[in-house]
This record gives sequence, structure tokens and C-alpha cells, in this order.
Amino acid sequence: MPPTGPAAPVSPTVSAPRKVAAAARDYRGVVHDLSKDVMTGWMNQLQDATRNGAPSAYMMISGNCVEILRCFDILPVFPEINALQLAIRKKALPYILKAEEIGYASDNCAYVKADMGYTLSGGVGENGTIPRPTFIVCNFVGCNVYIKWFEQCAAMMDVPIVMIDIPFVRENQPSPEDVRYVMSQLEELIGTCERLTGKKFDIDRLREILGYSARAEEGWALAKSLCRNRPAPFDCYFDSINMMGPINALRGTKDAADFFDAAVAHYQKMVEEGVGALDEEKFRIVVEGPPPYPYYRNFRNLFERWKAVAVQSTYSTVGGTWEFGFRHDPDRPLESIAEQMLLHNLCNRTMIERYRQIKTYVESWHADALVIHSVKSCRLFSAGQGDMREYFTKELGIPTLMVESDLEDPRYYAEAQMKNRIDAFFESLEYKRVREAAAV
Amino acid sequence: MSYAAGIDVGSTQTKAVLMDPSRSVVARTLSPTGANVKQAGQRALDAILAEAGVPRDQVGYVVGTGYGRYKIEAGDAQVTEISCHARGAQMVFPLTRTVIDMGGQDTKAIKVGPEGSVLDFCMNDKCAAGTGRFLAAAADVLGLGLDQIGDISLRGTKPIRLTSVCTVFVESDIMSYMAQKKKVEDILAGVHQAIASRTISLVRRVGVEEEVTFTGGVARNVGMIRALEEKLGTRVNVGPDSHFMGALGAALFAVDKVIAQGTTGAREPEKSVVWSDGQ
Repeated sequence: MPPTGPAAPVSPTVSAPRKVAAAARDYRGVVHDLSKDVMTGWMNQLQDATRNGAPSAYMMISGNCVEILRCFDILPVFPEINALQLAIRKKALPYILKAEEIGYASDNCAYVKADMGYTLSGGVGENGTIPRPTFIVCNFVGCNVYIKWFEQCAAMMDVPIVMIDIPFVRENQPSPEDVRYVMSQLEELIGTCERLTGKKFDIDRLREILGYSARAEEGWALAKSLCRNRPAPFDCYFDSINMMGPINALRGTKDAADFFDAAVAHYQKMVEEGVGALDEEKFRIVVEGPPPYPYYRNFRNLFERWKAVAVQSTYSTVGGTWEFGFRHDPDRPLESIAEQMLLHNLCNRTMIERYRQIKTYVESWHADALVIHSVKSCRLFSAGQGDMREYFTKELGIPTLMVESDLEDPRYYAEAQMKNRIDAFFESLEYKRVREAAAV
Repeated sequence: MSYAAGIDVGSTQTKAVLMDPSRSVVARTLSPTGANVKQAGQRALDAILAEAGVPRDQVGYVVGTGYGRYKIEAGDAQVTEISCHARGAQMVFPLTRTVIDMGGQDTKAIKVGPEGSVLDFCMNDKCAAGTGRFLAAAADVLGLGLDQIGDISLRGTKPIRLTSVCTVFVESDIMSYMAQKKKVEDILAGVHQAIASRTISLVRRVGVEEEVTFTGGVARNVGMIRALEEKLGTRVNVGPDSHFMGALGAALFAVDKVIAQGTTGAREPEKSVVWSDGQ
């Protein structure tokens, strides 16, 4: 059965230590429930659209321009979210195999394969959970595999595709020409939306939507900055998916902006009361790379049993790096959308910028160590992580662990090996602390 | 007197070491792990107790390590073999700064601090290329025992170049060299060099710092010792205990506990041992 709601926590297949059960309370807590509510509303809209034919468009998470779709009441559909929901519910493998049957290679992006297999199995369209889109917006940012993904979708479903070419940022800032180039494509997109929906573009509506975006972005940044406290009020890797849905899929809505107000208030209260994500916070880590969604809970347990809390993560900034100050600007609507797509997201920037982002996280969020989860079926994003490990370990002296599995394909996850590496890493951190304490 | 035991349940073999509070080894055993991991751990404990003539209630603490560590019912705590090999190697060769541990399934490179702590480590990926299993596959296809291939490889003068270090494909690779009438010693020299090269790239990731100590089951293979020394350009420490390094390290952690119990009268694990609580 295709998914019908937002991501649900996955039951662990191994018996977890007693304390983990208690520590998991906030995972299902207030913010999780709020997120579930707003996301369910959107999922229901998707479900309805499969039947009533309401206008919808495929779009990517990374550096997206969802505000423009919203301006025309076009429902955004994110195949990446569909893929991760299949994975977290442990339903991805049959769809991945289906895609491999028609010729996708075993090392091809597993998000693509799960989505393809799902589409081929009838998950998209009248009898599925995802509407057949009115058109496809390929806002590829940093990932050229995704171009082929969306082209394939357009061919399979016979719908128009708008390709937005976002130049990779080669230096610290995009050039003014880059910004103008993207803005001109956004204007073309607006023209396409007008043609397909029969609605006239309303700049004031876009300004209002961008105001909601900026409010949500502000909330996101505030929530994340609260994790600088000891203890951090939530796990900025595992719990941040509760915030990623609203910021990435629902950005530009009042619901998303209100969600962040409530989330920040809740986390603020936790900080004031000295309540953390776990009953005890022993290690503070920064995590790079997406989680292994097919074993989300298992993977989380491997850190929780060491009382390790992620205080920051790069994956949560795939949609936008809001904690570094950028906000959509109602006074500069298209320009700020273009700037966000070009620069203020994780994937469209150089490796050096990624290093800088992680270094800031480790220093300003007072982390003890860096954990890299490398994704086997995403060579594009994983390439260079070996050098990253070396840079942080050898040049900065930050203990760094690198483990590997996949964000979607369960076949790449080996629990015993994963656990061995994680245990050994925290043993070494703990041993170091014991020695340091003994030396004082 | 209270003893401490370390049990290392590896993918291929189970090793156990019994230690007295002065950290002297009283007994040690080695046996195949087999399919029943739980039994393997218990059998190893029974065997060291029998060998030393020590009753079970005289053992104050048992630390389990290796892949089967959570299956050892007698285990009071579990510590990964990475920490144990580092600790064991530092005890036997106190100047150790780098440990290369080559077991049945895993090859690990560990950077060790002066007091036996783990500073950094790297392991092979989910793939048995460059591990003991690779050597076993090569020995099998040549109809030789694992204990013979190291010596034979030393006689090779023109080592062949393997096209891959895949444990699955090594058989067809070797067969093709045999069909070309290559000498067995040259084939084996090539096999050892291929694994050594792969291992060195792992070690370089943590940084090679002398002294280098070679541990794990493959450390008994003279061909591998030679191949590693040639590639590293330095001597590697190997002792009669190299194979037991994991169990030895586990026993050292267990002794810490026994001593802590002796002074405090209660189990205070946080004070002395890297601590992997739970399942």
C-alpha cells in the first residue's frame, strides 16, 4: 500500500536499553504532533488532488521556489518526500527492485528508483496517493541526477516540464549575472503558471507569501540556535525532520509560520526548565549527511544509548541554511528567491563552504565530535567526505567518525558493523574524558 | 584473589584470556567460534578456568569483545574490539602508536595514544576484500592450508598482479593465473601484496606513526608480516600474543573493574572502563 500520511516512527527491531524508551518521549512530543498535524493537512490535499484534479506540480526540496507555485494555488508535490516516507515505513525495497527490473543500475540514486518503482506500481494518479502533476518544475540545485529523474517523470506521465538552470556557485557569492539569469527563468516560470492555471500573477500575493516564508525561516533559525544550550532541547538531526517538513514543503503558508512560533515557544520553555532531548546529554555531536531512513529508529538508538545528542546537522539545511541569517524578502521578491536558490542552501555550494558550515556548527554549538553518515547511492553528495573526515580529524583535531549506508536502500545497512563503529567511537571519546578527568 | 577475564568472540575464532589483578596472564585459549556464538563464549570461559584451575566465583569481572560480544552471557560489560586491540597492543608493545588488526572479516587501522587510548580508527567497508577471509579463499582454491600460504608466499620472486581484491572473484582470478602456469609462490606473493596494499591505504587514513603493531588472526601469517613491512618501510611488532590482543585488552578492562570494585566495594564502571552499557 502506498503511504497515506506523514512519516511515522519506526519500531526498533532490536530491544533497546531501558533508558532509550524514556528518552524517546520528545520524539513523539508536542512538536512532533504539531508537525504531524500540518503535514497531514498537506498530504490530505495531495490525496484529494488525485481525484479532483486540482493543479499540482512536482518540485525538489533543495533551494526551491515553492512560493511561486503557492501564488497560483498550485499544490507542490515533492517526490523526495514520497521516497523518504516509503523508506521510513520500510516499504521502499520492492519499488527499488521494480526500478532495477526496468534497467536502473544498482548504484543509481535510491530516491529516484523508489519513486520510479512507486509510479510504475500505480502510486501516482487516480488510484494512488500522489496526484499526476499538472506540470513539473525541475529546480535542480546541486544535483544533476535529479534532472534525469524529473525528465523521466515528465516522459512517463506525459506532462510539461520547466527546467530551471541554477548555476553552481563557484566562489563565495553568486555573480550579479547569475542572479539575473535565475530571475529571468523565474519570470518564465510565472508565465507558465499563468498559462496553465489561467490566473494572473499577483505580486502582492507573492509578497504576502514571502512574509510567511520569512517568519517560518526566522522560527527555524531560532529553534536551531536554542540547541546551543546545554542540554539541547531537541536532537538537531533526528528530531529536525519534524521541522523539515513544514519549512521545506509548507514554506510560504500561515500554517508553517504558526508551527514555527509554537515550536520555538515549546523549545524555549524546555531550555528555561533545563530539559533536554534526552534524560542526560553526555556527548554533543554534529552530523553530516542524510539519515538511513529504512533504519531511522535503529540508527537513532545507536547514538541515544551513548547519550549522544546532535546539536546541529547539515542535512537539515538541504532546503535552506536559514540559521546563517538569510530570509526571503517581500520587498525584493524574485531577487531573494533567486539568491536563496543559488546560495542559501546546502547543495549548491562548494565543498569549502560545506567545511566552513560544519566548522561553525562544531564551534558555535559546542560539539564534541563530528559524525559523517555517507550515502552509498548518492556519490554526488558523498564524494569528498573522505577528505572531509581527514580535514576535521587531522587539521582541526575534531574527533570524526565516518559510517556508511544509504538513505533509502535497506540493503546497504549492516547493523552489527554500524554499531561496532559507533560504539568504538564513543568508547574512545569516553576514554579520553576519563583520562582527562584523572589528569586534573 | 579476584581474577578478570576477557573473551573475544570473533567471526572465525573465539579467544579468551584470564588475568590476575597484577595483570599477568594466567591462562588463554583459542577455539573456532562456530554457529553457536553463545556457546562459544561460555566454552572459552570454561576452558580458561579449567586450564588455570580457578573456580568461576573467583572471577570478579568478565568483559566481552568481538562481534559476538553481546551474546556472551557471562559478560559483565562489552567493549568493542577496536578499544581492546589498542589497549592490548599497548600493554604488549608499550611504544605502539598504530595498530593494524586483521581478522576474519575485518581489517582495522587504529591510531593509539601513549596510554592505549583510541585516537582514531578506520575499518574496511562492508566487504571482505583485504581480510583474513580473502586469504582463506585464496588458500582454498590452491588446495592449501591457511597456515601454509604465508611461508610459501615468501619464496615468490615474481609476484603476480591480481586484477581485483574481491573475495568472490579471487578464485577465478587465481584459476586464470594457474592456467597460465604461474608458480604457486608467485601467485601467493601477489595475493599477500594485494592485501597489504589495500591495508596500507586504510592505515594512511589514520596516519602511520611508529611503532606499528600487527594484531589479529592474520598476524600469524609470516607472508603478511613481510608484505606489510615492505609496503610500510618499517618493522611491525608481532608477538606470540598478537592473535589474543583483543581478548587481552578486554581482560585489561576487566582488571580495571576488579580493582575499582576492590577499592570501593561496589561496581563503579564509569570510573575506570570505557563503558558500553545495555544490550
